[in-house]
Amino acid sequence: MGGPATDMRQKLLEIRGLEVEFQTRRGIARAVNCIDLTLYAGERFGLVGESGSGKTTMILALLRMIREPGRISGGQVLLDGVDLLKLSDEEMRKTRLAGLAMVPQGAMNSLNPVMRVGDQIRLSMSEHGQRRPAEAGRIEELLQMVGLRPQVAELYPHELSGGMKQRACIAIAISLRPRLILADEPTSALDVVVQRHIMQTLRSLGESMDATVLLVGHDMGLMAQFTQRMGIMYGGKLVEVGTVEEIFSSPKHPYTQLLIASIPSFKSRGEFKGIPGVALSLLNPPTGCLFHPRCPQALDECASVDPSLKELDGHHTACLLYGREGTHAATPA
Amino acid sequence: MDKLSSVFTYLKDSPMLTAGLGLMAAILLFCVAGPLFVDTDAAQPLSVTPRLSPSAEYPFGTDDAGRNLLAVMVLGVPLTLRIGLLAGSVGLGVGILLGFGSGYIGGKVDTLIRGTVDTLLTVPSLVVLISIASTIREEISVEIMALVVASLAWMWPTRTIRAQVLSLRERAYVQMAKLNGMSSLEIIWKELFPNLLPYLAANFAGAVSGAVLATIGLEALGLGPQNEPTVGMTIYWAISFSALIRGMWWWWAIPIAFLAMLFVSLILIAAGLDELANPKQRMAV
Amino acid sequence: MSRGFIIRRVGLFLIVVWAAASVNFFIPRLATGRDPIREKLGLLAASGGLRQEGVEAMVKAYQAKFGLDKPLHTQYLNFLLNSARLDLGYSLANYPARVGRMIANAMPWTMGLLLVATIIGFSLGTLMGALAVWARAPALFRHLVFPLMTLSAIPPYLLGLVVIYTLGLQLNIFPLSGGYSPGTFPGFRLDFILEVIHHSTLPALAIVLQAVGFWALGMRGMMVSTVGEDYIALAEANGLRSKTIFFRYAVRNAFLPQYTALGLSMAFAVSGQVVVEVVFAYPGMGTLLFRAIQASDYTVINGVVLITIMAIGLVTMVMDFTYPLLDPRISHQRLD
Repeated sequence: MGGPATDMRQKLLEIRGLEVEFQTRRGIARAVNCIDLTLYAGERFGLVGESGSGKTTMILALLRMIREPGRISGGQVLLDGVDLLKLSDEEMRKTRLAGLAMVPQGAMNSLNPVMRVGDQIRLSMSEHGQRRPAEAGRIEELLQMVGLRPQVAELYPHELSGGMKQRACIAIAISLRPRLILADEPTSALDVVVQRHIMQTLRSLGESMDATVLLVGHDMGLMAQFTQRMGIMYGGKLVEVGTVEEIFSSPKHPYTQLLIASIPSFKSRGEFKGIPGVALSLLNPPTGCLFHPRCPQALDECASVDPSLKELDGHHTACLLYGREGTHAATPA
Repeated sequence: MDKLSSVFTYLKDSPMLTAGLGLMAAILLFCVAGPLFVDTDAAQPLSVTPRLSPSAEYPFGTDDAGRNLLAVMVLGVPLTLRIGLLAGSVGLGVGILLGFGSGYIGGKVDTLIRGTVDTLLTVPSLVVLISIASTIREEISVEIMALVVASLAWMWPTRTIRAQVLSLRERAYVQMAKLNGMSSLEIIWKELFPNLLPYLAANFAGAVSGAVLATIGLEALGLGPQNEPTVGMTIYWAISFSALIRGMWWWWAIPIAFLAMLFVSLILIAAGLDELANPKQRMAV
Repeated sequence: MSRGFIIRRVGLFLIVVWAAASVNFFIPRLATGRDPIREKLGLLAASGGLRQEGVEAMVKAYQAKFGLDKPLHTQYLNFLLNSARLDLGYSLANYPARVGRMIANAMPWTMGLLLVATIIGFSLGTLMGALAVWARAPALFRHLVFPLMTLSAIPPYLLGLVVIYTLGLQLNIFPLSGGYSPGTFPGFRLDFILEVIHHSTLPALAIVLQAVGFWALGMRGMMVSTVGEDYIALAEANGLRSKTIFFRYAVRNAFLPQYTALGLSMAFAVSGQVVVEVVFAYPGMGTLLFRAIQASDYTVINGVVLITIMAIGLVTMVMDFTYPLLDPRISHQRLD
């Protein structure tokens, strides 16, 4: 394996003004709110936020899997320059797995219980037009790539442990060599040792295939170890984007600062415990900056002006503390 | 008052339960108001001109033997309901006893009860009821009919209640009650029972429906109370006297219409209550 | 499948049959405190309903068979032995017809109708229930739920009367009753088979109408929870075709409890069919039973009850044996 030498700044995924709305009885909730984000080829990017911050919804939006009563209400998702939101349903179906693949959150139940693991990998490939002869040995190869014995192909999901199931899911995800791998808390149901192994597998696979990995989660420690750049989400908005070093050593947005401060002292691992204040209601969002009611450093104008992402010493944040700017979106983060 | 308004809120959200209760109310109204307007003596043979199609005088027509079918329905629908309610209550009562016992005590008691129930469920109950009813044919009254039907009406409630108790038993509040030193009986009565109430009500509607179904099945074969004008016996007489081929459609269509209303009402009530007991299962239409 | 499981399951089947036979034996004796067979024989002889030599022969036959003068437990043992050999004795009302022979004649009719109607009702209902939940299916299927629910609530023999009246009498498309026309001689010929199908259509329709509703409701409930499963979402994320996800992921898994229910419902289906057969004068076990009830022919009643319970027990057992083929989780647990 090992792709050709690539320009590390080659853009792979450009998200522009992405919006997802949910129509509820009590009004419209904007779960993903005007997100701008660019991912580069081969990088590992972490997306962090509380539950309900819209990070999983955003992943589903990238796959165009938002269900009623939700809908993608605006924006562009450019994968290698192609706007996924403009593809036909069938083109989008073919792009899933081949262009961008998903490693699921709940590996315990993510495989079809009545189908052998090998058959599930084979089915995913054949549904994308992969011919049978080309598959000979490919399934075993894929299983070995994710650290499973080839014999696992003959087993049913209930015969696998949680970690093995997650590896099988990864084997499916990489079967068509996607450029982008979306991993939504891929280790949340696993114990710590297995967690580490799975993350190492994902990392080495991403590197060997030169694939971009978008990791979603709330475990700051895991993010610090695994990713190169991070984005912080709050209330469906991206409030800060930067390298791991920047985010951890000099967080800019007050929300990020509280997030970092709330990590338990043994710095390597830990989940944040929440931020004081009333949780955000997407149905009835505050005016101005969404975070201002809970923000310890809020200014008067925070209640009226909604800041957008703005570059600041190489990394980006959406906060009025760092100066006002116009309504238009800043340069892509 | 608060509870009442929440009931109404629920009814507004559950068209099934509302429709089911509405139908049932209509049937009950017919049973209660009927005798005030109709001479029920005309439900006996030879009381009116036979073989009349529905008219203003006899809205449901008359049968071969000279019964006024309106009078027959006014008497028969409550009789059939009574058999169903009696058998359903006995069935549910036994089901509650065995279901709670099986689910809560567990162990060998559970194995025995579950095994018996699962075995009996594979036996065609109507066929067994036929064998019972045919031997005591002459002595069948409405009450005996109910008991015969109830003898095989308890398995399904037992099975489903047991499953519910098993899942409830593991819930935190039951575990808390245990830690607080409540006895098994207390826990069943004070903790499990109230939580299962809507579920039990749904089961009751199901049990009544099953009992009426079995009753009508037996009666359609002639194995019902011979001298009572129940709905099922009316259908039996209609079949026996070839009402179908002779074009006397009202003789069989009217009892069927009443039964259809009854069954649909019961299934709607059961489904609506099931939703109430189990909001997760709420049908996502 | 382990040998232990097979032995236990066959044992359960034998227990059911034994219990059914015992109920048959004891209920008449306990319920009335008398022996209905002997009573019936006396009644028939007194009313001259039987030719004298017939009664003599029958009484002798019964005394030899059941040893009616012997103590109850001996009678019981004899009864069990005879039942085990499927020797069901003579019909009381149609001597010298043997009960076993009468049942053997009626059995294929009942089994044929039951199997065909159940298979059609089950497959159609399962598919409609699945489509009612599938978001990409035509909205029509979502609106069918209420009519299906109504149909499922009404017993098939009542639907049968409606069906006879509309399709049989008013439109005159199908024959009203019987298994074949009176003039036809039964045999394995195309015209006879077509005639049987023609005659069976209405009773089958009555059963199917109710069964479709029942199975659609069950499948719908199962599908609602299945489509929420993680593996459905991942299948979509993996770009599988909608059709593949529907059949091989959603339906395939939601079907499993449905299949278990099919085994349990056989008993229920037979109960309904007994009356359907009566309504249609269809020459199966139900009609045989009905005539026997009318003639107080206890040996036939007992025989039909016993054989029906055995047949259903057998079907349920076969279904239990085939279930592991559908669900790998079961077979492997049993193998361990």
